[in-house]
Amino acid sequence: MYQTTYHRPSSVTEAVKMLGEAEDGKFLAGGQTLIPTMKQRLAAPSDVIDLRHIAEMKGITVNGRDVRIGAGTTHAEVAEHTGLASVCPAICHLASHIGDPHVRHMGTIGGSIANNDPAADYPAAMLALNAMIHTSKRALAADEFFTGLFGTALDEDEIVTAVSFTAPEKAGYAKFPNPASRYALTGVFVANRPEGVRVAVTGAGEDGVFRATAMEDALSRSFDPSALDGITISADGLMSDIHASAEYRANLIVVMAKRAVQAANG
Amino acid sequence: MGIEGIGARVTRKEDQRFVTGLGRYVDDMVVPGMKYAVFVRSPHAHATIKAIDTASAKAMPGVIGVLTGPELKSDGIGNIICGWMIHSKDGSPMKMGAWSPLATDKVRYVGDAVAIVVAETRGQARDAAEAVAVDYDELPAVTDAQKALEAGAPQIHPEAPNNLIFDWELGDSADAERALAGAAHVTRMRIVNNRLIPNAIEPRAALGHYDKAEDHFTLWTTSQNPHLARLVMSAFYNVAPENKLRVIAPDVGGGFGSKIYIYPEEIVCLWASKRTGVPVKWVADRTESFLCDAHGRDHVTEVSMGFDADNRIVGLKVDTIANLGAYMSLFSSCVPTYLYATLLSGQYEIPHIHCNVRTVYTNTAPVDAYRGAGRPEATYLLERVMETAARELGVSPAELRRKNFIREFPHQTPVIMNYDAGDYEASLEAAMRAADYAGFPARREEAKRRGKLRGIGMSCYIEACGLAPSQAVGSLGAGIGLWESAEVRVNAAGTIEVLTGSHSHGQGHETTFAQVVADRLGVPLDSVSVVHGDTDKVQMGMGTYGSRSGAVGISAIVKALDKVEAKAKKIAAHLLEADEGDIVIENGEVKVAGTDRSLPWLQVALAAYTAHNLPAGMEPGLKETSFYDPTNFTFPAGCYICEVEVDPETGVTEIVQFVAADDFGTIINPLIVEGQVHGGITQGVGQALLEGCVYEPSSGQLVTASYMDYTMPRASDVPSFLVSTTVTPSPSNPLGIKGCGEAGAIGSPPAVINAITDAIGNNDLTMPATPQRVWTALRKH
Repeated sequence: MYQTTYHRPSSVTEAVKMLGEAEDGKFLAGGQTLIPTMKQRLAAPSDVIDLRHIAEMKGITVNGRDVRIGAGTTHAEVAEHTGLASVCPAICHLASHIGDPHVRHMGTIGGSIANNDPAADYPAAMLALNAMIHTSKRALAADEFFTGLFGTALDEDEIVTAVSFTAPEKAGYAKFPNPASRYALTGVFVANRPEGVRVAVTGAGEDGVFRATAMEDALSRSFDPSALDGITISADGLMSDIHASAEYRANLIVVMAKRAVQAANG
Repeated sequence: MGIEGIGARVTRKEDQRFVTGLGRYVDDMVVPGMKYAVFVRSPHAHATIKAIDTASAKAMPGVIGVLTGPELKSDGIGNIICGWMIHSKDGSPMKMGAWSPLATDKVRYVGDAVAIVVAETRGQARDAAEAVAVDYDELPAVTDAQKALEAGAPQIHPEAPNNLIFDWELGDSADAERALAGAAHVTRMRIVNNRLIPNAIEPRAALGHYDKAEDHFTLWTTSQNPHLARLVMSAFYNVAPENKLRVIAPDVGGGFGSKIYIYPEEIVCLWASKRTGVPVKWVADRTESFLCDAHGRDHVTEVSMGFDADNRIVGLKVDTIANLGAYMSLFSSCVPTYLYATLLSGQYEIPHIHCNVRTVYTNTAPVDAYRGAGRPEATYLLERVMETAARELGVSPAELRRKNFIREFPHQTPVIMNYDAGDYEASLEAAMRAADYAGFPARREEAKRRGKLRGIGMSCYIEACGLAPSQAVGSLGAGIGLWESAEVRVNAAGTIEVLTGSHSHGQGHETTFAQVVADRLGVPLDSVSVVHGDTDKVQMGMGTYGSRSGAVGISAIVKALDKVEAKAKKIAAHLLEADEGDIVIENGEVKVAGTDRSLPWLQVALAAYTAHNLPAGMEPGLKETSFYDPTNFTFPAGCYICEVEVDPETGVTEIVQFVAADDFGTIINPLIVEGQVHGGITQGVGQALLEGCVYEPSSGQLVTASYMDYTMPRASDVPSFLVSTTVTPSPSNPLGIKGCGEAGAIGSPPAVINAITDAIGNNDLTMPATPQRVWTALRKH
């Protein structure tokens, strides 16, 4: 790690101000990506502005089926939240399988979606749940928020403060973990609402998380794994690496989607 | 056996300190004035060094020194060597390229050390290392051994034309050819043994301290064999003469072979300490461990095994290419030769065997012994061929093995080894019983109903352990003797210190070695301390590898105990006015057999040191040394049976049952032996399912250079193992010990792969059998 200056703001406004004053500052959420990257000297921010001590960014509220999760909420908190589990157990399940216990107690939902790692779990949930992403400047739909590989609609000085969504009737997440890193080699989140089914895929797309519309149409007609029989996903645009070829990922998308539906149907 | 003696399930004495964080590793060592080193390493797989500019680095804050290869050479530090001479079949000696601890002319793999930076802090050393400007002229690289042999391949060492180190053979080629030509059936396979990265939990480290006042060096290092390190550094690398060099290997967090060798870093830290005038500490980060620790395996083999009409093996022909990486590491030459080809008879009566091995330089990390070393490669090859042959011949895998088992001992194989004892049928029977082999078809059917493909596979392994006797290894090219030493030091008040040349880096020697003493003298385990890992404390030793600490190290202790016991009996006989032959030692008392006359052990020890009343002419003291050289290798063997379920939708393999029936001879501590088997099998499962070292072929960059891409086995990847042992004592050492450290890693990979290929009905599968590979194999079927 190179020399860096550490800051600990106590409000979103203060954090934004600190970044503005820094030469080459970076916001730090749970640090599960930024810190290892800095340790490897692949990132060298002049200033690190730690968002972990901002009260307004923390906590989960569940009002009927309306859910709001503060960006500073850790994966462990999401995984273990009983109110959330009663309306949307799929997101608790998802959070409980991110990384290992250490990662889950440090990493946050805001950090995860702001980073938009193509193999992260949360972006799939946000997209499938049709979540709103609240920031220090605005609120925008997940469909507009995720813009590509590690890409989001965030400005340099914009902070994700919370996410919110209305819990669907049914939701499920199935993840095929990378055998080494345990990131999603392919993860599929399905959410079923009267107005339609949304299916979001992470870990597989060359441009990061995406919606699988063919599967959405099929599942909107019948929310059952068998609805996906015969559906094939093209390997075009899917990632290929030492762990999984694009063809293998294409297969996994369908298999994981079926399993996610099965999980959603309990 | 007593509650703490031989055969007792004693919990490990050392675990308290390990699990409470009180272990003392090299990085815990602090010497006044100590500074920190970082190595400048090659980012290229193959390049000429045009110039190294250290000026800006030297001017950085906190920097004490920046040293490079030419300075090392000018101080007369020698090149790193391989200590086992192999001759090609044309009689020419192996073609060893020069390996300077700091590269001078060329770099030959990503991670090759080019310079050392010593600074006040690690951070400053790292900053300065980035400021060392090395002007490289990049050269084409080759990482694949077969490609390295092709015409036009990049040439890595001028000493080794076509990158060929040696072209060696064992056995009679014409005989084997004739046998295969006359065979009723020949099974042919191409077998790849995947390259592995060791990943000991503690990274390598070195703390070199030159004491100017004494003109003396001390090295704290992560070594499996500190005496060997001192010997090699003195005799070949000219670091310091042995009497001026102390090597200490304190607690060491795992080795698996990778900490046998003497690497550039420890040599350079010692030398740099003298050059800079400060003690120099280096601790590898995980990336350096991935890049620079000696890797394991990496064989490609064509094999043919012939059977007669009665399914008896008539001949075996093996042609192997072994990748040794960019430089020849200390024992790299013996691994694919005398630790490999000599085991190709397996548990079977094979009249004719021929093995040809070509070893090759590539632009990859050096390859050397890794848990099992040569024997896993031999076992994987044989046991996949046996299982495949059984399928081709339409007989059960167990029947084919039974038909070909060696049943009379001693048995001379056509490939040097003389098996002294064994009962392969007993292991096979025990394993099949434990696995409920007969019930497998029903389990397969039941799995099918759940949409899973269930398969079963077995592996009957044999290994040669102990790596001794000295005369034998010497005749095969070893540059050193492979015996072991022990000193048993009875203190005046009766407590005992055992000084051993074996080294414990996870094996539990502090417990098992003490058990042997407690068993013999009837003293409490707590009164026995095991001292190891320091050349100033322990007389001499050859260290721990090749499952040798029990068979050779403990045997040396037993021999020293013989002498201690004999002297103690003489003293007791004198004090009790009895005949020496009537004295027995039991439960901490020295007694006249059949009487109530006895002395506590303490009193005999005290008498030896007060020397007030010793037999005439006896020297005071009670301390004896032994250098033990066994009469043969030992031959642990066993049978492993693995049962898997494959998910056809994803290719994921789950090991649902794993049975191990091992014959380790006499067992000192079953708890520790089971732990060794569990760990070994898990490593074998790692090789079979998960671990695959990948270099990017054109650039020579290591793709699997972190845990993000290199898959280590986790607890969730293995089931609860069903382990058991059968016992045929080794006739080649006093306690009948065979060794257990490597068996799990040797026997398990073929059992796992045989089970998967059985499940999916496609034999075309290479390790690691990742979900993607299994899924692909299923689709091709």
